[in-house]
Amino acid sequence: MKILVAVKRVIDYNVQIRVKEDNTGVVTDNVKMSTNPPDDNAIEEAVKIKEAGKATEVVAVSIGEEKAQETVRKALAVGADKGILVKTDSVIEPLAVSKLLQKIVEKEKPDLVFMGKQAIDDDCNQTGQMLSALLNWPQATFASKIEIKGDKLEVTREIDEGLETIEINVPAIVTCDLRLNEPRYASLPNIMKAKKKPIEQLNASDLGVDITPRIEQVKVEEPPKRKAGIKVSSVAELVQKLKNEAKVI
Amino acid sequence: MSVLLIAEHNNKELKPFTLNASTAASQIDNDVHAIIIGYKCDEAAKALSELPLIKKVIQVEASHYENFVAENFAPVIVKLAENYSHIISSANTFGKNLMPRIAAALDTSQISDIIKVIAPDTFLRPIYAGNAFATVKSKDAKKCVTVRPTSFDPCESSGGSAPIEKADPGEEFAKTKFVKREEVKSDRPELGTARVVVSGGRGMQSGDNFKLITSLADKLNAAIGASRAAVDAGYISNDHQVGQTGKVVVPDLYIAVGISGAIQHLAGMKESKVIVAINKDGEAPIFSVADYGLEADLFEAVPQFLEELNKLNTIQK
Ligand SMILES: Cc1cc2nc3c(=O)[nH]c(=O)nc-3n(C[C@H](O)[C@H](O)[C@H](O)COP(=O)(O)OP(=O)(O)OC[C@H]3O[C@@H](n4cnc5c(N)ncnc54)[C@H](O)[C@@H]3O)c2cc1C
Ligand SMILES: Nc1ncnc2c1ncn2[C@@H]1O[C@H](COP(=O)(O)O)[C@@H](O)[C@H]1O
Repeated sequence: MKILVAVKRVIDYNVQIRVKEDNTGVVTDNVKMSTNPPDDNAIEEAVKIKEAGKATEVVAVSIGEEKAQETVRKALAVGADKGILVKTDSVIEPLAVSKLLQKIVEKEKPDLVFMGKQAIDDDCNQTGQMLSALLNWPQATFASKIEIKGDKLEVTREIDEGLETIEINVPAIVTCDLRLNEPRYASLPNIMKAKKKPIEQLNASDLGVDITPRIEQVKVEEPPKRKAGIKVSSVAELVQKLKNEAKVI
Repeated sequence: MSVLLIAEHNNKELKPFTLNASTAASQIDNDVHAIIIGYKCDEAAKALSELPLIKKVIQVEASHYENFVAENFAPVIVKLAENYSHIISSANTFGKNLMPRIAAALDTSQISDIIKVIAPDTFLRPIYAGNAFATVKSKDAKKCVTVRPTSFDPCESSGGSAPIEKADPGEEFAKTKFVKREEVKSDRPELGTARVVVSGGRGMQSGDNFKLITSLADKLNAAIGASRAAVDAGYISNDHQVGQTGKVVVPDLYIAVGISGAIQHLAGMKESKVIVAINKDGEAPIFSVADYGLEADLFEAVPQFLEELNKLNTIQK
């Protein structure tokens, strides 16, 4: 079995982002970038499946600017065998990403595609489901547990009501929740080894897909600020305030 | 052209967020049709037809729709889409799972999780865990939009009598099979719509200690929330998680106990009307959004809180 994992380069989750003064977006210059957190879970799961002898190859793919190569490299350092970078400097929406990934899937012929459930920059939560629709494959979104049973997967999904279990046939798309596993850190020797692993570079424009944005970002603003609150000195004071001032109890 | 709302239900009842999504749909165009796909869902279809905002209900039934598998649902909606300018659903796990399949099939760039309708093609949506708001304008002919339910008031739920039309079901997608759902049932108010939410974090230290949160919630007739760290540690089940990758709540009162206030948690609760934080670390970021901060050990403060509430006999039930 071959597993393709899509990894996106995003602003690190610890960074307090800032909106640009001209309201065209958020500041990305000199800001720490990392792999989108649930994409780390996606790689980890793929590597674990390979280590368990149930997969033969793990391929990591990222779409974005030249620097997204670092994100692919990191996937290689934690166990992916091969990387693919689809280069583009333009803004790409989930629909365009899913179309590009469809091309990669047609080329690489994986049995499974693992992705994150949501990118923490655009918070779209779309790409996996879109890719699955384009390929007409089953989708298991928000996965917190994956069990391989021959050519089927049993997946536990995190839904608003609790947990749901579905069974899907391979080939399939799985989008991963952070609770799926505990991603490992790359060891120094593995980081060194990863430098020798191949990364294939492609240009998005060569894949025959129209990636022109369909959504115009009119402006990006700071959200309204909450007015500063107060500290209370005791529980009694807190309860009095909630009752008499805020009138919420 | 009309807008099509995808109703969320459990075959018996409408899910409450359907009312909020209806409000959003009606702000785009007042000719709102609603589709309900399910199995033996007459009761829910009737409830839907009673929303005064809904002009027509389309009901599609088959046994393979019983468990809301997106692969089965999407083609039904795609088939009807030519009559509609917009397809709308809630941005909860139901809508998040389903809508992108529809959007991709229609070759439309979906707009997720809107918090405001600015014009039929222009919407406001949070990005970066709500640390920025983007105004986005769709250039697609057909628009697929998911709605953050807590940003729209629920619509009236009675008084309407929209006609219910039946439409033919589609085929079953055989490669995806529903196995089971583990729903945590409780008599408490639902987290998404509760007036008061009491949430516990890693500071609770154990699932057993979460009883303190439960007692406080009982007293205040509140729903129970949690940080991701508390869920990850197994103190409480995943359906309680509030935040960027959990649920968004906007109660009148949100009480955060032993929660540090990471941006991913704030993303799910910082629009609450009144926020209370109980934390022993005076520097915890949760205090930056709290209207009332209490710097204290929760194991002392929460029992005292319960005592003080007992003293008040005017608590709303
Ligand atoms: C991509 C991504 C998505 C995420 N999504 C979410 C999400 O949806 N929701 C979410 O909540 N988190 C989310 N997180 C995790 C988030 O970053 C934080 O790790 C998490 O919110 C921390 O939970 P916490 O505040 O309970 O724990 P901690 O940060 O460990 O804080 C515990 C707090 O308890 C206090 N405390 C300890 N003991 C006591 C005591 N006896 N009395 C009083 N106070 C005490 C401490 O002072 C501390 O402030 C996400 C992270 C990532 C990377
Ligand atoms: N540019 C990209 N390159 C690689 N993978 C991506 C890219 N954009 C999105 N993805 C994948 O799609 C998932 C969901 O993203 P989104 O739909 O934007 O929330 C991410 O977690 C990634 O696995």
